[in-house]
This record gives sequence, C-alpha cells and structure tokens, in this order.
Amino acid sequence: MSVPQSEFIQRDRGQHPPGFSPGYKTSTLRSPRLALWSLQNSLSEFTGPVFGREELGPLDHDLLLNYAKTGEPIGERTVVHGRVLDENGRGVPNTLVEVWQANAGGRYRHKNDTYLAPIDPNFGGCGRMITDETGAYAFRTVKPGAYPFRNHVNSWRPAHIHFSLSGSGFAQRLITQMYFEGDPLIPMDSIINTIPDPAARQRLVAPLDLNAAVPLDSLAYRFDIVLRGTRSTLFENKLQGN
Amino acid sequence: MTKLEYLPETPSQTAGPYVHIGLIPHQAGFDIFEKPFGNILAERNTKGERIRIEGRVLDGLGSPCKDILLEIWQANAAGRYNHPADGQTDKPLEPGFRGWGRTGTEFDTGLYRFDTVKPGPVIGRRGYKTMAPHVNVWLAARGINIGLATRMYFDDEAALNEEDPVLRMIEPAVRRQTLIARRENRDDGVVYVFDIRLQGENETVFFDV
Repeated sequence: MSVPQSEFIQRDRGQHPPGFSPGYKTSTLRSPRLALWSLQNSLSEFTGPVFGREELGPLDHDLLLNYAKTGEPIGERTVVHGRVLDENGRGVPNTLVEVWQANAGGRYRHKNDTYLAPIDPNFGGCGRMITDETGAYAFRTVKPGAYPFRNHVNSWRPAHIHFSLSGSGFAQRLITQMYFEGDPLIPMDSIINTIPDPAARQRLVAPLDLNAAVPLDSLAYRFDIVLRGTRSTLFENKLQGN
Repeated sequence: MTKLEYLPETPSQTAGPYVHIGLIPHQAGFDIFEKPFGNILAERNTKGERIRIEGRVLDGLGSPCKDILLEIWQANAAGRYNHPADGQTDKPLEPGFRGWGRTGTEFDTGLYRFDTVKPGPVIGRRGYKTMAPHVNVWLAARGINIGLATRMYFDDEAALNEEDPVLRMIEPAVRRQTLIARRENRDDGVVYVFDIRLQGENETVFFDV
C-alpha cells in the first residue's frame, strides 16, 4: 500500500526557548531533564485535526463584539492581522487560529486571576478563526494592558496576545505570544527572554501597520506566523506535497 | 551561491496560566462560543470500544500540575486518521469522529479525562512495521516553554507493543513503560490510566517529532 508522505522539516530548536529556562522560574520543575527522542514522522505526526468554518460562530473572531453585553469593551480599538505561512513561504490555508489576552487594564477573565485591575463586563478576551485560502487572518480587539506577575517582586508582562496554531499536521502545533512594537517592557520580560536568539525574539514583535488601520476607528498591527514546512523528499519517496 | 529562502519557524512561548481562556474558556469560568471544543471525542454511535483516558501530570517533585492543557490526536477504531494525507483507503473513515480533543487538568484534583474509542493499529513508515494502537498527546501550560509531544499505548496490547517501531527504538527499554497506560475495568466502563511525569523519576518519554 502506498501512503502519501509529507514529513515536516526537522524543528530547529535553536529558534525556540529551551524547556529549562531558570529566568522563568516556573519552568524549572516542569521541564524534562532527559533528552527528547527524535522521531521520524509517521502518519501520526503529519496528519492532524481538520476544522471547518461552519463550526465557528459569526462573531467568534471579533473580540470587540463576541462578549459584548451592555456595550463594547473599553480600550484602544485594534486590528491584528497577518498570514500564517510555512517554512517554504507558502500560506497555510484553512487552519485554526485561536487567541486570548488580558483586557485593557491587564486583567484576564479567569477564575485564577486576582490582579486588582477590574474585569471588563463586555470583554471575554478570546477569539478564534480559520485562515483563508492564502493563509490570511484578521481580528478586532482592544489592546491588552501590561500586568504584574510573580516571577520577581516587580516583574511585569508587556502587552501581549497569546496565539494558538493548529496547522495541518499535529507536529505543527504551536502556541506563542505576540508583542506590540515600541513597548518598553519587552526587553526586560522574563518570558520573551526565554528565547536565546535576539533575532528570534524580534519576530514576535508586531509592527504598527498604519496602512491596515481603519481611519477614525482602529489602529492595526501586523503579525505573520511561520509554522513548520514539509520536506522535499525528492528520491526517498514519491515527489509530492512540498 | 544559491540562497535558500526558507523561513524560520515562529518561536514558541509558554501558554501561560490563563491558557483556559483561549482554548477551554468554560474552565476559566465563562462560556462564549456556541460550539466549544472539548474532551468527548466519541458520539453514541461511534464504532469501537468506548474508553476513558484519565490521568495526572506530575512535576519534578511529583506534585500534580493543575493547569495543564492537553490535546490528543488518534486514529479511529479501524486505525485510520480523519485527515486527507492518510492514504489507508482500505480502512473506513468514521463519520462524526474527528479523532481530536482537548481538555485541562482540573484545578482541584489535577485529573484530566477524555472519552473516546480505542484506536486501531496504524501503518508505520515505509519499511517499518505497523504501529501498535496509540494516542498522540500534546501538552502545554505555564512553565512549559514549548509544547511537549508524547504517545500513549495500551497495556493490553503487549504483542503489538513489542513490535511497535517507536517503542522499540526507545532505550533503555525500561523507559518504554512510561508510555503505556494501565487498563482498569470500573463500574462505569473501561478506563486507561495514563500519568505523565514532566521531570525526574520515571520521566515520561517526550518526542522531538
């Protein structure tokens, strides 16, 4: 039997934070001490869940409206947009993108968040969407606030939005965070600094994109995301899929 | 010289303590989407043996981690993935069975659960033997900087496990035991218990896939 093969390019761990990053204290007890076992991709790795647009509601992607009860949330109206690409530079179409964030005051709608900034009654702080045929996505939100967390006594997270990417294969699964250009808290953040390579850190900083701003309405930031691409196995297997 | 124009993968970042908001909002304390994703993979009529997968995720001191996001991805009872790249067309697809689910370890008990069906064996890489029934597991959380991938196998499949090309690769062999779930027949059905140890004694095997 012939099984189509479209293995992913080996992950370059140098682009990522190591599991054990003592500057981020919680990682010390939650990071494996033994080496990861390298596993050549089988069907179990290069397949993954498929999601349909019909599963999502019409406002699921709109953080300005998807939890609005008595009005719209307070904060800087912001568009975030970009493309999900693979390492070969191709758009990743029809893939699930999920986002979550604090409100404009830096407070999360979460039962474990006890920060003194108030909950916004009109802001849930999460959204989800599926990329179009070119890999593009876009959503509206309010810019999240900075907030303190207990890493050092006076440690603050820069404004950020969490992104979860599904990809087409389970081995592409990725969770990351997007930061905002010009935020003075970024260089001292213990989370972004788990990434050793300064150039890699910089790729998580979304530039202001005035061209995508909506005049008299919203500012815009652009954040492109790269998932793993598939290998060119020119002679090993049937040529396809890359 | 020809310039290779590959793009580098976007760096991973921790999912953080509030991952529930984005991925399983009900656990964060609110409902927002009409069709949230969840931990029930099998419908009433899904073919196969109905099973529950249950376990804990333990840190380097053996304490249960109560804020872990887990996802599973599995083949159906016939051993086929619901994905266009699965060319095992001699096996049936199962209508309504995506083969994927997500959940969080509970804030009070630290337990996670999935309700699903037991997957069948899946064809291995070219030139390798069939893979024993297994569930692919991915976890992310506060303190985990890049998602961890592992597999769960079934302790009542000893003969197939013995031949499994992935289990066989793992040395020393005693570490293979960290990937094998224990079957329990409880009053309300079959449960496979699968604890994941992030660090330390009997550390679970994690894969660079």
